[in-house]
Amino acid sequence: MSIDYNQTIPNNVDLATDRSLQRALEQWQPGFIDWWRELGPVGSQGHEVYLRTAVSVDPGGWAHFDYVKMPEYRWGIFLNPPAADPKIHFGEHKGQPVWNEVPGEHRANLRRIIVAQGDTEPASVEQQRHLGLTAPSQYDLRNLYQVNVEEGRHLWAMVYLLHRHFGRDGREEADAMLHRHAGDPNNPRILGAFNEKTPDWLSLYMFTYFTDRDGKFQLSALAESGFDPLARTTKFMLTEEAHHMFVGESGVSRTIQRTCEVMKASGVDAADKLRALGVIDLETIQRYLNFHYSVTIDLFGADQSSNAATFYSAGLKGRYGETKLDDDHVLKDATYPILEVANGRIAEKQVSALSSINERLRDDYIRDSVAGVERWNRVIEKSGIPFRLQVPHKAFNRKIGSFAAARVSPDGRIVSEAEWNAGVGNWLPSDEDRAFVASLMGRVVEPGKFANWIAPPAVGINRQPASFEYVRFG
Amino acid sequence: MTAASAVTGEYARQHLIDPEVCIRCNTCEATCPINAITHDSRNYIVRFDVCNSCGLCIAPCPTGAIDNWRNVPKATPYTPDEQLAWDALPANIELDVVPGEGVPSEVRALTEAATAGQGGPASPPWSASHPCVNLYSIAKPAIATVTGNYRLTGESASADIRHIVLDFGTLAFPVLEGQTLGIIPAGQQDDGRPHGVRLYSVASPRDGERPGHNNVALTIKRVMEDHAGQPVRGVGSNYMCDRAVGDKVSVVGPYGASYLMPNHAGASIMMICTGTGSAPMRAMTERRRRRMALNEGGKLMLFFGARRQDELPYFGPLMKLPKDFIDINLAFSRETGQAKTYVQDLIRARGDDVARLLQDDDCYIYLCGLKDMEAGVLEAFRDVCAGHGLDWDAVKPELLARSRLHIETY
Repeated sequence: MSIDYNQTIPNNVDLATDRSLQRALEQWQPGFIDWWRELGPVGSQGHEVYLRTAVSVDPGGWAHFDYVKMPEYRWGIFLNPPAADPKIHFGEHKGQPVWNEVPGEHRANLRRIIVAQGDTEPASVEQQRHLGLTAPSQYDLRNLYQVNVEEGRHLWAMVYLLHRHFGRDGREEADAMLHRHAGDPNNPRILGAFNEKTPDWLSLYMFTYFTDRDGKFQLSALAESGFDPLARTTKFMLTEEAHHMFVGESGVSRTIQRTCEVMKASGVDAADKLRALGVIDLETIQRYLNFHYSVTIDLFGADQSSNAATFYSAGLKGRYGETKLDDDHVLKDATYPILEVANGRIAEKQVSALSSINERLRDDYIRDSVAGVERWNRVIEKSGIPFRLQVPHKAFNRKIGSFAAARVSPDGRIVSEAEWNAGVGNWLPSDEDRAFVASLMGRVVEPGKFANWIAPPAVGINRQPASFEYVRFG
Repeated sequence: MTAASAVTGEYARQHLIDPEVCIRCNTCEATCPINAITHDSRNYIVRFDVCNSCGLCIAPCPTGAIDNWRNVPKATPYTPDEQLAWDALPANIELDVVPGEGVPSEVRALTEAATAGQGGPASPPWSASHPCVNLYSIAKPAIATVTGNYRLTGESASADIRHIVLDFGTLAFPVLEGQTLGIIPAGQQDDGRPHGVRLYSVASPRDGERPGHNNVALTIKRVMEDHAGQPVRGVGSNYMCDRAVGDKVSVVGPYGASYLMPNHAGASIMMICTGTGSAPMRAMTERRRRRMALNEGGKLMLFFGARRQDELPYFGPLMKLPKDFIDINLAFSRETGQAKTYVQDLIRARGDDVARLLQDDDCYIYLCGLKDMEAGVLEAFRDVCAGHGLDWDAVKPELLARSRLHIETY
């Protein structure tokens, strides 16, 4: 098949003149479209969706809104413009010019980093593929599809790097990303959280708030990379990632707002009575939060990691906001505080800053997450309801790192197996919680109408009203 | 351009971020080319003394939080420290509110809808006269007498557009060209409540329809169908079109402190309208006509659209105006035997002159008419810019910042 590259694949990587890249993408693209049709959003192929498409990297070009049928979405390839005289600004190569081609000695590690990032993008599309059938409004349905197509574009971005810079093994890795599937026991996605189900819309909002925020921090760390094509690709991806976190933050916020409205209007605050009124009680929202938060912070990896230290020293993956940090950016002798279980208690200890690069990124992530939870609390406060949401302790419900073997309550106490079993129903969503939330998931398709359990948004997309026809069903 | 030049009169438009909607994604701060946006652990804010209203941050914002503007006293904008402490945006200062009297909510809603295309009511041109606003409320309306009611459209035309003159006798009802007033139709709605206020643009200049008389003219089309062509009998327009000379009507207002004409010598005015959107254009043109002998300079350029010539209000008097006084461009979309022409087609055809006026800091641009026209006109401006080495995305914010672009569409 032949492709009119600049039309079908908007790009600023000179695709039209790069014959070998064209050939690689021509092989891969039909597989991607097949994958989208087979494992992308269910029943969506004929819909015309009011979507944002990036057609260039300047502020005027990357937010182009129009109705699009999703299989015809123009997945583009964009790198942020290069900095003037760019230098590596951390690790052993600090001060040297950035690499525009992959250095031989870092080839395996860079490929591994890119594949790990790239694998998450189609995974989340797969996890969310059934949600369109139970969208609480056209507005939310459109937002889901926007997230899906941009995850698809992020896959393209990573595949571009693999095809352009990693030869045959890059192409094989790109193919493999279409063959692993979320939750497939025989060929699962690489990271645990990306094999979990996203069965309902509260899960989607929590996922886009917490787990896409992991994406933000991973991309921010990669945006510091000495491998300049990776840095410039991920910088551009960050602008899109912001929309995904917006879907999560505003989705949870609107859910909370609706619950508070019903609590105020009815004078009811008992969970079972609120459920009977068709809204999600705040306690259940807290349990969902505990789950998604704890599963997501596992994604940052072990608290002490020699791989992470290698990636940093080699200049492949930096820290969040690397250039704004006030230290030597080499960290040979620096230390960093981490938590560990000692004598039945959680205690802090100082360890090598290099080996705790993961933990530092996790801590940056936690600060950012907590700030948004506080904004949710403002919604509750405004309603005058004496309830506060909070993130659980960093050691709660961990499967990776030094707390994997410990039982820790959300308030950070080491607890016995018996106490854990007695408390877990209050800490994590039970099957009953999930069944209740699932029972609320009915499809609302009329423009401007919203399911009972969620409030309308404060503002629409691209200055359109909430009642705009965001999806034309085909 | 510096922020200071974005300021007109005593008030300025301050760019603010809504802390209740913002998710702190940092996209705006990363996008801003002049570092006008900053943040702390709580809020993202725009620094008034740095922001030049270029608008590059608006589209990339995933939430819409970025697109907020408030009228502030020029000398005391919201400081960064104030903004960082906010949980919610402050209320806007309505420039046309007289202390102690609120603008009726329906008037405010209509105004907001009409000016949505420019991001809400803007500041007036720097040389606009100071308007009187909100002198008469729904509770205490002014009573005016109808002293004229003439049909402006041809007898064969389907549209019934009328020129209606109201006299206020000894009651003060000062208006400026571009302002609106409200009519309260007599009688009740089906549910027994009184009819709401209907807004009409004043079609006469500040010294009266007849110079030296205390009267105003209105241009009113009898509404018999809605925008979609469904039969609907407009309550306000039919009430007014049916008034006979000598009838009394209840009037509220005046309203509007933004859509006002410049008064300085050498100021040019580009007017773009359809149908009864011509009312403010007639007022401004008539004001300038009465001052023609003063030779104050400045051009008048008019783009005026209607379905047919006999549906174009004020066609006869317009044609009598001297060519060197006003540059008239008429577009007819349903004239028998002629290709459909819209105002935007004429704007493109006159691209050289339009481009010159877009770049002239002394030229002020006014749009009034149906919402459908607005998008087409702005697209035409974009094309004209592109054809003359200009970037509309840069020109438009500049026009808004200098209060040179005024939009009222409905």
